Amino acid sequence: MRRVGERAVGAEVMESLTPGQQVLKIVYEELTELLGGEGAPRLAVPPRPPLVVLLVGLQGSGKTTTAAKLALHLRRRGQRPLLVAADLARPAAAEQLRRLGEKVGVDVFRGGAETPEEVARAGLREARRLGADAVVVDSAGRLTRDEALMQEIRRVHEAAAPHETLLVLDAMTGQDAVATAAGFQEAVPLTGAILAKLDGDARGGAALSLRAAVGLSIRFVGTGERPEDLEPFHPERMASRILGLGDVRSLFERAEALDRRRAEEVVRKVREDRFTLEDFLAQMQEVRRLGRLDELLALLPGLRRLPAPEAAVPDERAWRRSEAVIRSMTPEERRRPEILDASRKRRIARGAGVGVEEVNRLLRQFEEARRLMAAMVRGGAPAPAFGGGARRPGRRRR
Amino acid sequence: MSGSILERLKAHLARTRERLGGRIQGLLTGRALDESLYEELFEILVAADCGPRTSAALVSAVREEARRLGLRDAARLPELLARAAARRLSEAGTGRPGAAEGEPDPRTGLRLAAEPPTVVLLVGVNGSGKTTTAAKLAYRLREAGQAPVLAAADTFRAAAAEQLRIWAERIGCDLVRQAEGGDPAAVVFDAIRAAEARGRGAVVVDTAGRLHTKGDLMAELGKVARVAGRAKPGAPHEILLVIDAPTGQNGLAQARSFHAALGLTGLVVTKLDGTAKGGVTLAIADELGLPVRFVGLGEGLADLRPFDAESFAEALFLDPRAGGRTGPASTGPDARP
Repeated sequence: MRRVGERAVGAEVMESLTPGQQVLKIVYEELTELLGGEGAPRLAVPPRPPLVVLLVGLQGSGKTTTAAKLALHLRRRGQRPLLVAADLARPAAAEQLRRLGEKVGVDVFRGGAETPEEVARAGLREARRLGADAVVVDSAGRLTRDEALMQEIRRVHEAAAPHETLLVLDAMTGQDAVATAAGFQEAVPLTGAILAKLDGDARGGAALSLRAAVGLSIRFVGTGERPEDLEPFHPERMASRILGLGDVRSLFERAEALDRRRAEEVVRKVREDRFTLEDFLAQMQEVRRLGRLDELLALLPGLRRLPAPEAAVPDERAWRRSEAVIRSMTPEERRRPEILDASRKRRIARGAGVGVEEVNRLLRQFEEARRLMAAMVRGGAPAPAFGGGARRPGRRRR
Repeated sequence: MSGSILERLKAHLARTRERLGGRIQGLLTGRALDESLYEELFEILVAADCGPRTSAALVSAVREEARRLGLRDAARLPELLARAAARRLSEAGTGRPGAAEGEPDPRTGLRLAAEPPTVVLLVGVNGSGKTTTAAKLAYRLREAGQAPVLAAADTFRAAAAEQLRIWAERIGCDLVRQAEGGDPAAVVFDAIRAAEARGRGAVVVDTAGRLHTKGDLMAELGKVARVAGRAKPGAPHEILLVIDAPTGQNGLAQARSFHAALGLTGLVVTKLDGTAKGGVTLAIADELGLPVRFVGLGEGLADLRPFDAESFAEALFLDPRAGGRTGPASTGPDARP
């Protein structure tokens, strides 16, 4: 995988990025590409409706909940879906789907007591009878080791003849993701995957495994327990999540001065002398995000010899103190810090759990920042550090 | 320099197609016992969800043992690894304060209350297998002569109580439930009272799945445990985290969070009959000092077994089938442009 190296060497050195940031940016872009590039693929559009979607996966991966979410998604897209309860193994699975269907306003087909493939077949007939243009088939959870059940899912697949066969995978899955995806892929031709339970703190490395090792594209991610908590998959967001960067994309956008609107807003405010402590807080948050980047760069193997990113990062505790001070102010005080007299300062210090000198320090910092930024906006001087090292304000002037 | 990051990433991904046992075998074939071998072994363990701290401890235990035995080549390393892991697993939880008071009862595999009913709380993230485990545990208790009451305290998931009712019917045990959306703590309170009134031996509480990052839901669980304690001093006697074997490193975060909120007494590892061998369990048991009480090995009621550290470790490191099944070669990373 020489591409990153070549790109890093060949790339025009963007004046706004340190070498470390640039390398990270390229890694991030490659990772995004690896995850499927920009933009999530849509569900197939069959030449003749109804669109049939079969959900498969391990026990407890989230198939039934996802089936209801997907049905709601289709309904909101203006389609008329039907849910088919083909999980006959788990007790009360069909009942669960029935109640979820009720909640999302979608009909649920439950067969008599036949086999899952018969339920799937009957469900399709029912869909045609009702004039439904989409069918979501929920299947029983199964382990790929279980030959009998893998045979069964083959039969269900044959009966449903789905346009989309989606693997529902728990986002918290570890290295087993690959074995599971490969196991299902062997039994039925998977067309994509849905990553469920992404609302926790799982990094979602499973997404990478699915895509890179099994070649599955991820279509949706589950982001909560409510039926509406299903979102199209965004490779670039997943890439930042895996890198542990939070919203790294917006950081780069700012770094490349793409996010001009916000920057211009700050310029305008400074020019009109309306830059407030509220804005100051936002600026500090940006600096803080840079801090996380520093940490990450230090951790990445092979990057240690790079010069440290020049942004000095205020330590976490100092940052928290400053934030607490600003948050202890009234909105009026944040807009017009000049009204802060001794008694107000004492109140703020108490509220933030710090000494009055801390409040004074912050105000001095703020005044300094405001003065420097005003100077920059007027004269375009090189961006000096403020408030612990932010170089942000200068960036927007490109 | 930068290329190495993605190279490593891709190499890791390619390797995860092989199973742990196979990877270790592949690593060891014809190798001498040197530092680079131990380093690679460490990386493999981490990639197998064993967690960095536990992996490091295992590697150093193996290194020491190999030195003591005067081993020159790597052939016996998997065996040493399995033994070291088994030792850590069986020691997990024994040194903890309060551990002495509750050696599990050999028949049920649980710490029993001095006065029945014994209250067992099952907790975990969504889909880990709590409801099925509750049923299997109730079955186990019934077989051991401790007539159980199942408490359907998952009042959130649609038809969860209905699922448990069907199980209760199959097992032939009592069920206490309320309407959907009810207060889970109230269900537990009622179930304990019912068990006392009917002279039952145990109460097995199924709770709603929740992600460990949701503060309000974790607090709700704390309340359930407190109310159980109010209904019967000393309850819940067991608070078991149900975790499924495919769970990766996130399992450690889950366990930490549930442990901080509730004070877990042990683990149940489910879905071990699949391709996943539950490497993260090792990290959890080791780092948090929590014993594994049971493993789930199938969909039948009798498929909940007491945990056996040796066979778990052997399955993890010495699986004879490992490496034999590597998945389809189809579209690997190299197939992409």
